[in-house]
Amino acid sequence: MEKYERRTGKLGKTKDKKLRSFLKRGDLKSKDAAEKAADAEILLTESNGYLEPENEMEQTYKVKQEDIVANVDLATANKKISLDLPNFGPYSIDYSLTGNYLLLGGRKGHVSSFNWKLGEMGCELQLQETVHDVKYLQNDYECFAVAQKKYVYLYDQFGAEIHQLKHHVGATHLEYLPYHYLLATAGTTGYIKYQDVSTGQLVAELRTKLGNTTALRQNPYNAVLNAGHSNGQVSLWAPNMSTPLVKLLSSRGPVRSISVDRSGNYMAVAGQDKSLKIWDIRRFAVLEEYYSPKPASSTSISASGLLSVGWGSHVQIWKDVLTRSGEKVSAPYMNHLLPGHQVETVRFCPFEDILGIGSTKGFDSMIVPGSGEANVDALEINPYSYATRTGRRETQVKMLLEKLQPDTITLNPNDIGKVDSRSHAERLSASQKQAEEEHQALLDKQKLNALPGTKPANSRLRKMLRKKTKNVVDQRKMRIEHAWEREKQARENIKRKAEGLEVKTTGAAMRRFM
Amino acid sequence: MKFKTISRSADDYVPVANTQSARQPRNLDPDMHPFERAREYTRALNATKLDRMFAAPFLGQLGAGHVDGVYSLAKNPLKLGVLASGSGDGVVKTWDLGSHEEQWSVNAHDGIVRGLCYTPKSQLLSCSSDGTVKLWSPSTMSPLQTYHSLSGGGLMSIDHHYSEDQFITAGTQLEVWDTNRSKPKSTLSWGADNLSSVRFNHTETNICASTGNDRSIVVYDLRTNSPVQKLVTTLNNNALAWNPMEAFVFAAASEDHNAYLYDMRNMKRALNVFQDHVAAVLDLDFSPTGQELVTGSYDRTIRIFRANEGHSRDIYHTKRMQRVFSVRFTMDSRYIASGSDDGNVRMWRSVANDRSGIKSAKQRTKIEYDRALTERYKHMPEIRRINAARRVPKAVKVARNIKREELEAMKRRHLNYVKNSKGRAGFTPEREKHIVGVGIADKVAKQTQKQRRKEKKPQQETSE
Repeated sequence: MEKYERRTGKLGKTKDKKLRSFLKRGDLKSKDAAEKAADAEILLTESNGYLEPENEMEQTYKVKQEDIVANVDLATANKKISLDLPNFGPYSIDYSLTGNYLLLGGRKGHVSSFNWKLGEMGCELQLQETVHDVKYLQNDYECFAVAQKKYVYLYDQFGAEIHQLKHHVGATHLEYLPYHYLLATAGTTGYIKYQDVSTGQLVAELRTKLGNTTALRQNPYNAVLNAGHSNGQVSLWAPNMSTPLVKLLSSRGPVRSISVDRSGNYMAVAGQDKSLKIWDIRRFAVLEEYYSPKPASSTSISASGLLSVGWGSHVQIWKDVLTRSGEKVSAPYMNHLLPGHQVETVRFCPFEDILGIGSTKGFDSMIVPGSGEANVDALEINPYSYATRTGRRETQVKMLLEKLQPDTITLNPNDIGKVDSRSHAERLSASQKQAEEEHQALLDKQKLNALPGTKPANSRLRKMLRKKTKNVVDQRKMRIEHAWEREKQARENIKRKAEGLEVKTTGAAMRRFM
Repeated sequence: MKFKTISRSADDYVPVANTQSARQPRNLDPDMHPFERAREYTRALNATKLDRMFAAPFLGQLGAGHVDGVYSLAKNPLKLGVLASGSGDGVVKTWDLGSHEEQWSVNAHDGIVRGLCYTPKSQLLSCSSDGTVKLWSPSTMSPLQTYHSLSGGGLMSIDHHYSEDQFITAGTQLEVWDTNRSKPKSTLSWGADNLSSVRFNHTETNICASTGNDRSIVVYDLRTNSPVQKLVTTLNNNALAWNPMEAFVFAAASEDHNAYLYDMRNMKRALNVFQDHVAAVLDLDFSPTGQELVTGSYDRTIRIFRANEGHSRDIYHTKRMQRVFSVRFTMDSRYIASGSDDGNVRMWRSVANDRSGIKSAKQRTKIEYDRALTERYKHMPEIRRINAARRVPKAVKVARNIKREELEAMKRRHLNYVKNSKGRAGFTPEREKHIVGVGIADKVAKQTQKQRRKEKKPQQETSE
């Protein structure tokens, strides 16, 4: 029930009766919706996986993949695949949003996209150029980006090069924000660049000023990019801010890998100093600190909150490390060894209990019971909507219609549509503030103030009187004459005060005749 | 060790045949639906844009219209598809709204046909500036009956009782007629030399109200055969209309560019002020739901107001439409008819982007969803801007700017006046500004009685 509740505003001192009843009705509706959503859980057709010991002697981390394969149904067992690709590794990998397609990018130029469930090849490329990272873009598998030696290139599903992104130089990390249609790149230049893949425009170029970007991962909850740098800092970026939203110091060496869970609450950061820190990114506080025997090369968090860490030739899966605070988890959930490999990338497959591992010698997948989300939503990213042609088209159109603007990316995505309760002065941007100050200064200058400090001959008022035609007496001249009289008196008073004499003042009642 | 892994079968989700529709499983976990608000906002923005894109309020004119200006319209409360119109040359026509064709036309009067109304028997009553009322069966070419007003002058307005055989006319005084008699049953008046409009209340059926040229609105009770209340405003009122759902509430069209909503129990204060027109409001009509109000104005535009909002929700105009002298909602509240000086009777959609075709359940759900979303995000600047944007005739635009400037100047002047009055002067609410005074018949009667008693008493004393 709590999971489904949307936080509603406080009624507080709302005096307006109409508004009050309107807000109350809204609250009731939202409460009702939460209750109904909780009740609808009974309609979920699938259940999540699990791996549980039957007695105290059994340990889940001792379970071997062979044991699992032997015990699960044939369809699941077939999902464990292993590709021996010793020549072009190490491989960076990416699953498409639906989890149906797999993209492999070998460092030495081998790129391959295929439907791993059906075993259908999409395309295979030999680029004969360094490949740093690969990423699926819009429409599931129909377009993907490859960060190559110098530029980032876009390819279609058949492997034809559609674009060369010349602005994205030296990119080593790619991220795709599916709801915003933004491709984000970062790499050796220290810039984070956003490219809108639906319109082709370069949306933002952000200079990190922190050198090499060593890790990049989006927060799926708010589309903020979390970038790791070689000085151990993690900075959070949104395309409408030229400075980082937040900067955190996480490790004592370069950051190796970042991963964020789908609720946007937790972040795992692995560093060169072998540390693995779990951050609460609502409070920006470290929840727990773990260490790996070797610096972790890649981390990934699954839909159910399992954390996978790849280091050396090992892959470890940790359970409950995100939510449990104050008490360290002593043993991993699962262990996996790839003898003779060096793990490059680990990625959980969406909607499946599968972890994909890209390594120096190819690709391996691992069955991790209880890692994926079993129940799909037909109106969201849906693995089955791409099965038919009409489904593909409809999804494409719907997603495009609901494309979010880049400036809606904020730390709290629920701020949209809310009242900005800051005062006018607080809300003003720096340039507006400056303009306002200048305007005020100009107004002040225009006032005819008596300036007793200046010499009588240099007085602005005197100059004005001198300039004015002698025989014309108008309002302005009278005003200046009054001010000039006042100034003279003020000057006189300063003199008298210095001599220790009594200061002449006219009372408030008489001043109007001066 | 106990294992379980996800094992969905694609056969459960993917339709086997083209004719089958795909299963639509839902998972309402909020984590599965990121950017909920941003996406809702985007949908609301799209819906608002589509609303404006599909806005096509003008349906067309009825037949070839009239030769002279159309100064009166009447809808039949019992039939949807007919409308009657009366013109300046004395011609009365009825129209078939389905085909936009003329049904019946008759040279009814010698003067301008100022008032038209349907009787519960679907007969038509017309009144004219020639001082006669004629009863028509809208198929024959001669009147069933002709009534001659006793007051001598022209008749300006007519309305029939909800159920009984009586009707009222407005001329130099209010005349109450029995349909079966040739002379009025009674006449009523309170101050005004000329009445411009009368309307029966169709809920409290014996109550009626009139607007007069002494800037007054008078409410009458026909059971006691007397006026009950009188309201005097700063400028003349041109027309009034009762709310068909709230028996006490009526709206009046004023010369001061506004329409006002009143509660007849307390007329010291208007319930609402409908602003936006830049010239006198000439006619107005409530929608049958009582939720909306349509006004026709001398500025050649029609505006639609929600009864609980002060500014119009839409403005309709065409290049050729002249001063709008009469407007009516149809009985299904989906269309609006307008009669203007140029002799045409025009039909409009009451919701500009509404389409009358049959909608599938999916379409209806979508429309409802979009409406809820636009309502929810209507305060967002972008949505508000798109929603409010209307192309307005240049003359109206210019007049609006001038009016705004004038009002601001008046406001400023009054502010200065209040500032320097040392508390003697204050501000009057917008809803009371136009009200000069309210008279209640009982009070007046009591006062006169008191006065009489006072006058009598001293006489008695002296006699004793």
